[in-house]
Amino acid sequence: MIDVENATFSWAPRTAAAPGTGVLDIASFHLDAGETAFLHGPSGCGKSTFLGLVAGVLQAQGGTVRVDGTDLGSLSAPARDRFRADRMGVIFQMFNLLPYLSVLDNVLLAVRFSERRHAALGAQAKDEALRLLAHLRMDAPELLAAPVARLSVGQQQRVAAARALLGRPPVVLADEPTSALDEEVKAEFIDLLLAECAEAGSTLLFVSHDPRLAGRFDRAVEFRDLAAGRAAA
Amino acid sequence: MIALAYRSLLNRRFTLLLTVLAIALSVALLLGIERLRQQARDGFTNAVSGTDLIIAARGNDLQILLATVFGIGSTSNTLDWEAFEAIHTMPEVAWAVPISQGDNHKGHPVIGTEAAYFDHFRYGNRQPLRMAQGTVFDAPDEAVVGADVAAQLGYGLGTVIVNAHGAGDVSFDVHDDAPFTITGILAATGTPVDRMVFVPLEGFDRIHEGYGAVPEAADPFAEAAPRAPASDLGAPAKEGQDHAEAEHDAHAHGETGHAEEHAHEDHAEDDHDHADHAETSNDSHANGETGHAEDHAHADHAEDDHDHADHAEAEQEAHAHGETGHADEHAHEGHSEAEHADAEHSDEAHHHHDHEPGAVNAAFVGLTSPTAVLSVQRRINEYAGAPLTAVMPAVSLQGLWQITGVAEDTLRLMSWAVVAAGLIGLVVMLAATLEGRRREFAILRAVGATPGMIMRLILGEALLITTLGICAGILLLYALQAVAAPMLAQQFGLRMGWAFSGRELALVAAVLGAALIASLPPAWRTYRATLADGLTPRL
Repeated sequence: MIDVENATFSWAPRTAAAPGTGVLDIASFHLDAGETAFLHGPSGCGKSTFLGLVAGVLQAQGGTVRVDGTDLGSLSAPARDRFRADRMGVIFQMFNLLPYLSVLDNVLLAVRFSERRHAALGAQAKDEALRLLAHLRMDAPELLAAPVARLSVGQQQRVAAARALLGRPPVVLADEPTSALDEEVKAEFIDLLLAECAEAGSTLLFVSHDPRLAGRFDRAVEFRDLAAGRAAA
Repeated sequence: MIALAYRSLLNRRFTLLLTVLAIALSVALLLGIERLRQQARDGFTNAVSGTDLIIAARGNDLQILLATVFGIGSTSNTLDWEAFEAIHTMPEVAWAVPISQGDNHKGHPVIGTEAAYFDHFRYGNRQPLRMAQGTVFDAPDEAVVGADVAAQLGYGLGTVIVNAHGAGDVSFDVHDDAPFTITGILAATGTPVDRMVFVPLEGFDRIHEGYGAVPEAADPFAEAAPRAPASDLGAPAKEGQDHAEAEHDAHAHGETGHAEEHAHEDHAEDDHDHADHAETSNDSHANGETGHAEDHAHADHAEDDHDHADHAEAEQEAHAHGETGHADEHAHEGHSEAEHADAEHSDEAHHHHDHEPGAVNAAFVGLTSPTAVLSVQRRINEYAGAPLTAVMPAVSLQGLWQITGVAEDTLRLMSWAVVAAGLIGLVVMLAATLEGRRREFAILRAVGATPGMIMRLILGEALLITTLGICAGILLLYALQAVAAPMLAQQFGLRMGWAFSGRELALVAAVLGAALIASLPPAWRTYRATLADGLTPRL
């Protein structure tokens, strides 16, 4: 599902502005369909840049990045954006939601930019969103009606997960989704996320600096091992 | 995308409100100035049409135009009636209407003219004046008022009004002895005519007889005073000379009823008994310009019918009177009474419908063929009888636009500067919120929005804000107009239309375009930032 070969990326000449994100050089990384992987690395090691490459927000300057059989390097920037909208769900560490949209509208954002998901779900998009929110225990009327800024971080992350999973995308990318959560909420969130990915059949790439979470995933990968020629920070 | 922009803006409603307000004010100012300017131009342009030339004593074109058509200021000199008649009888002149000015009715200009004014005057697209009520004046003490005058002062047919001397609003010199009765109220025209009061020339001049006639009536006395001592010399040789002068005076005053007094008395001779006649004629002659000379003339005349003794007595009396200042005063009173009585009498008898004023202020002239206008204008400007100026209204208005154009351009420049300030406020808002919105853009990118979409989001916001500002500005403009319209109409005769003109639409489009261009830099910065940030904004 995700195949990265000799992908290189450099922020130059703005390296100085972002210390720790030097040159990225990924020798090889593979993830099968439906597989869940835990990618571990310390903060500022280039994990987010790697996710950016996989998500197609950034373009590898060398090598290939394939997602769901498509070489992202062969797509134009807008095409990569459309590809991401169609086939990937993304969850951030925090601030995943647009403050001016309702919980439901935040989830439905996934459909707004994707014709594929829109076509797949059609009029049932709302029902599907509510179903996902229910699975993530976010369907209480007072939660749905509340302004998103009023929700706890854990609740916000669950809404973000619902958005990422809406329309059953082949790939879900999670960038430190639990690092802002309390310990007991962390485990609950990961359980819910893994369960939903399994039900949707989505491949999950979960990035975190916390190695204790690794055991719940099919595979655990050290970012160090991927980065063959990482520049010293 | 628009829905998102809308929701996003709503989330920042306070800054949004301020930005919209700034744009609204600038748009209201821009449109208001354009509307006033256009309305003033239309008002001026519509005020007169179908009048080929306006003729007045030599003066500035604009001054003549403003005074005669708009009732602003006055002409510096008057136009002799002879000159008016000369113009009137030119073969190319189809019609000519005299205009007398200088009075006001509670600040409204009073125009002395002829009934023909209402037949010939045209405004706007050659529309004739129409009576909303009543008819054109017929008698000298009747008046026609414009629609605004009637509406503002609550006048109806039959209302008696009194005019005041002077063009200004404040006047202490009220002609309350010469009232006019309103016989007609004009339909509204949207031109200065609405604010005018029209009276017949005859009536207009009559209320000025108190002013105009004084110097004329005083003239003979002014001459009589120095002449009495001259006759005191009593030298017989002088008699002939004085006599000649007396005759000359009589000639000179032939038109003013002075001669008529003589004629009347001569005529009266037949009916009165001799003694009476001797006394009357004696008195009246003593009252005349030169007591001595007149008496002499009378003596010649009287010799036929009267006995010498009477005559001698009369002559002696006259002499005696002539020598003493007391007699002069006495004579003065008697004379002026007699003349007044006579003058009025003869006026009414002879000139009821053919009033000939000494002078008017200007004349509106229509030509038989418009193509002759230039040659007629040249001939009038070169008229030998008096220095005249013939004004072509449309051409002079162009001159006015050239003068006001600078002020208009300045105002327009200023209003655009205010618009620019409003748009800078917009750009500041967009740029300032950009930093705080990088997370928002990252989310949108994560769910598949392209950087181009986000740039369009920014531009869409700018357009939405500007559109809101423009709508609010237009509402503000109309609100202000509703409040200010009565004042503008009353003070300046400006009638603001409510319709949205093509020019105003173009201005609104220009503001929208300017807003779009102004918001391109922040939108471009957003584009670059979202491209660089990707999914993780580096804050």
